[in-house]
Amino acid sequence: MSRKQMPGVIGVFTAADLDDAFPAGLPMVWPITEDIKIPTHWPLTKDVIRFAGDAVAVVVAGSRAQAEDAAEEVAVRATELPVVLDLEEAAKDQVVLHEDLGTNVVVHWSHGGGGDQAIFESAPVVVQERHLQPRLIPNAIEGRGCLAYGIPAAGEFTLVSSTQIPHITRVGLSITTGIPQTKLRIIAPDVGGGFGSKLNIYAEEALALALARQLGRPVKWIEDRQENYLATTHGRGVIHDCTLAGTEDGKILGLKFVELADMGAYFQLLTPGIPELGGWVYMGPYDVDAYWYEFTGIMTNATPTDAYRGAGRPEATYVIERLVDAFARRIGKDPAQVRRMNLHPPHVDAQTSIMGLNVDSANYEPTFDRALELAEYDQMRKEQAARRESGDVRQIGIGLSSYIEMCGLAPSEILGALRYVAGGWDAAEIECRPFGKVVVRTGTSPHGQGHDTSWSQIVADGLGITPDDVEVLHGDTAVSRLGMDTYGSRSAAVGGEALRQAVEKVKEKARIIAAHELEVSEDDLEWADGAFRVRGAPDKARTIPDLATSAWQAHSLPQGVEPVLEGTAVYDPPNFTWPAGTHVCVVEVDTETGKTDVLRYVAVDDCGVVINPMIVEGQVQGGVAQGIAEALYEEAVYDGSGNLMTSSMTQYLIPSAMEIPDMILDRTETPSTTNALGVKGIAEAGTIASPPAVINAVVDAVSHLGVTEMGKPASPERVWRAIQEATKGSPGVSGGLDGATPAQQEGGAS
Amino acid sequence: MIPAPFDYARAGSVEEAISLLGSDPDAKVLAGGHSLLPAMRLRIARPSMLVDIGRIADLSYVREDGDRIAIGALTRHHDVANAEVLQQLCPIVAHAAGQIGDPQVRHMGTIGGSVAHGDPAGDLPSVLLALDAGFVAQGPTGTRTVAATGFFTSLFETALAPDEVLTEIRVPKATAGWSFMKFQRRAQDWAVVGVSAVRANGGVHVGLTNMGLTPLRAVGVEEAVGGGADPASAAARADEGTAPPDDAFGSAEYRRQLVKVLVRRALEEALP
Ligand SMILES: Cc1cc2nc3c(=O)[nH]c(=O)nc-3n(C[C@H](O)[C@H](O)[C@H](O)COP(=O)(O)OP(=O)(O)OC[C@H]3O[C@@H](n4cnc5c(N)ncnc54)[C@H](O)[C@@H]3O)c2cc1C
Repeated sequence: MSRKQMPGVIGVFTAADLDDAFPAGLPMVWPITEDIKIPTHWPLTKDVIRFAGDAVAVVVAGSRAQAEDAAEEVAVRATELPVVLDLEEAAKDQVVLHEDLGTNVVVHWSHGGGGDQAIFESAPVVVQERHLQPRLIPNAIEGRGCLAYGIPAAGEFTLVSSTQIPHITRVGLSITTGIPQTKLRIIAPDVGGGFGSKLNIYAEEALALALARQLGRPVKWIEDRQENYLATTHGRGVIHDCTLAGTEDGKILGLKFVELADMGAYFQLLTPGIPELGGWVYMGPYDVDAYWYEFTGIMTNATPTDAYRGAGRPEATYVIERLVDAFARRIGKDPAQVRRMNLHPPHVDAQTSIMGLNVDSANYEPTFDRALELAEYDQMRKEQAARRESGDVRQIGIGLSSYIEMCGLAPSEILGALRYVAGGWDAAEIECRPFGKVVVRTGTSPHGQGHDTSWSQIVADGLGITPDDVEVLHGDTAVSRLGMDTYGSRSAAVGGEALRQAVEKVKEKARIIAAHELEVSEDDLEWADGAFRVRGAPDKARTIPDLATSAWQAHSLPQGVEPVLEGTAVYDPPNFTWPAGTHVCVVEVDTETGKTDVLRYVAVDDCGVVINPMIVEGQVQGGVAQGIAEALYEEAVYDGSGNLMTSSMTQYLIPSAMEIPDMILDRTETPSTTNALGVKGIAEAGTIASPPAVINAVVDAVSHLGVTEMGKPASPERVWRAIQEATKGSPGVSGGLDGATPAQQEGGAS
Repeated sequence: MIPAPFDYARAGSVEEAISLLGSDPDAKVLAGGHSLLPAMRLRIARPSMLVDIGRIADLSYVREDGDRIAIGALTRHHDVANAEVLQQLCPIVAHAAGQIGDPQVRHMGTIGGSVAHGDPAGDLPSVLLALDAGFVAQGPTGTRTVAATGFFTSLFETALAPDEVLTEIRVPKATAGWSFMKFQRRAQDWAVVGVSAVRANGGVHVGLTNMGLTPLRAVGVEEAVGGGADPASAAARADEGTAPPDDAFGSAEYRRQLVKVLVRRALEEALP
């Protein structure tokens, strides 16, 4: 039976069939260096299948089942080519993914360093380590999906897509499909989770649009979990060579990192920029004299990598915090003491950091001290000592992680200097309807972050109304015209501040109308108790709903004032925002099986001013859960021929509520100086801080046995092997650890 | 993630199921569907017809039957876990059923499906093996009882004929010492390695999950305990005759280590 004759099949298309559909490949918008090598990325591959997930054909049918039946019958004639997955192997270019580029080593970027680089050799204590961080699968429970429809005769198309970035997608897909931006509408409905994996423009979206245009009928695509694992971007996949320079008494003099980053088989939207985003936080919250960071991006036969919750900053924080612990072990000091003595001194105003950008405000010590207090740090150390003393099978470990991160992406001028093609502003429109209701159109595109709630609060606080009176519209390019969408913990710091500025504009206009109606001069009015009131005669007042109604009626407006009470603001942040915090994790490790249980988790974060505490706590809890998952469970594994072995939720281990502990959360509040709201950002902090806290705890639990190295995830087998390795030659019963003695190299992490 | 096309028939009785099975050599019994349907969605299993026995009400029961307890093949894991007869007279079965998957799985999956599926990673098969359970199978020519020790023939293969329906699981009363050790990564996971130990005839029976192509008995351990060895030295023989898998959950080497630790702990718990 020919494929096209199978029941319900409307068409089967390969790249050749769609040659005219795509004037350009899929967009990559961050060519971070002048000499970066960029492969063309077609929605369907034209020549070589470069990773499992690189689609060769698309079947359109009347139902999903019919399409799957037909897709099964598509026969691909292909010659098997060698694959390369290991970063260092790939860098040798024995197997080159993109012939036209001539190399897999497609980009090299350096921060350029700061301070005296000689310190990394001359310091009294030099700690060097290599750390591997495996690939991760972002795993939004709600997978990707899209629906394209339009009026082909009019050349107008709409794409409903499970995306974090409708505004950016409109620009990108217009270029890929040739549909003018003026004829292309993108709707991001209830998107579900994203975690960066929907901060992208995907082949399936371009294909759905092109096929809707070609077939003259709506085309829908929804991924299943296996497709998600193969073709939705992955995260992490990096190797760091790390150096810490310090003194015997615990001062950190310098931090230096040289990174290899797995780009995957193509660039997706931001791929090469992800390591660079981390490049600005490799000093951590510490006051160091010297700093170096560089990375090399390498192509491999695997799913493209891109932003995954934290995007570059978890990678950075992980290696810094592992290194600080190694340093503490080397000099025989408590890791808490070492961290505390190295924290950057507080500053209320923005201050230039060693990496060259201005940190908006900082006050790390109170956060750090609170975390230790909540974790009952000293008590835990005593408990640990007792278990070590008694030789308990189950040992306790305590891990710390102090971090700083960069949010509020981003000042457009800096983005330009970093060769990002777009700006970092955002926009808000407020429309005050007559008789009291207010419509907000935001350029941010929430997908679970609760902007409807927080934005309503900002507007209600500003305009003296209740949050119930505010309707927040988002995620549709035909509704919110201007925006740069949601990612990088930017929404409150950029979109929220834009909204605050729009509130001010509304109030400026409202004040003019109020003065006119109350027959006083504007200077005689004050804003008090949710209304403009005449000074000295507070009963003479006009509320925003009053003024919105009269501005709409326009029966008697002051000279030169346009009808309708509304305000629009487009805000370009003058600086990033810099949240920080300290997390403490206590684990119990079964030394016979290697299994780790998290006993206690404390997170004390400083994200500046908090708009809605419940939303902030939710973000921290979710982020920490993802970080614990990264530390103990998750890892994308390929076999030697490039097949993804962890291709379902049975093999790719996402922990459940049973594995994630109750968390003890608290905050300190150091307002940002970047925006008038004072907000910094919280959505990625949990994922940034937690992996090293957990791994440091695991190492700490078995360090007395001689274990100093530990990979991610710290699976039972990996922990068991580390213990075996460290206690080699010690008497053991049936391969177990009974009677094991600490290895000779205890404390010697050289 | 959508199964290949298949026919579906709902059987009103065991006899009807048997005759439907006989009418199509590629037909399969559908019980709770929690092993079969995932395999069909991945198109690993492609039966031409499903014979749904899920509505045959008289296949779901737990009752005392002389010196045995009889469990209907369609009894859901949740009901096995909560059956008072089992909790009192053969607690290891109730306990192990309560460790399967998550609540959703336990409300759908059946003890008969677990046994008939013959998954070496299943929790109940090795428990039933340790208990020397009997499996009652009904076919076109009548009913027979197969001993657990001869039932699991290879990976996902059992002594059941394609047109036989498993109707009942028969276990002895076992209220002396017992232990069930399931080592898993996440609460809802299959065992990386599982160990069940039951005191019987003055000795101990030890069943192993996920240590080979079928559920296994740790014969070496049973012998050693019979010969008076203490748990630690008996456990040293736990991996004898096993062929553990090498997969994402653990290497064979690791499983060999793990099984010794778990057997030792299980013996310590089961023996006075
Ligand atoms: C998420 C998830 C987690 C799980 N975790 C575990 C776990 O931790 N431990 C564990 O042991 N199991 C686990 N399982 C499997 C679960 O226990 C299944 O329910 C069980 O293995 C099969 O039972 P079933 O009734 O669903 O059988 P089905 O899926 O309906 O059938 C399985 C096989 O047995 C055959 N069959 C079923 N009943 C009969 C019968 N009466 N006569 C003849 N043949 C029959 C079918 O034809 C099929 O080949 C899990 C399943 C899922 C989906």
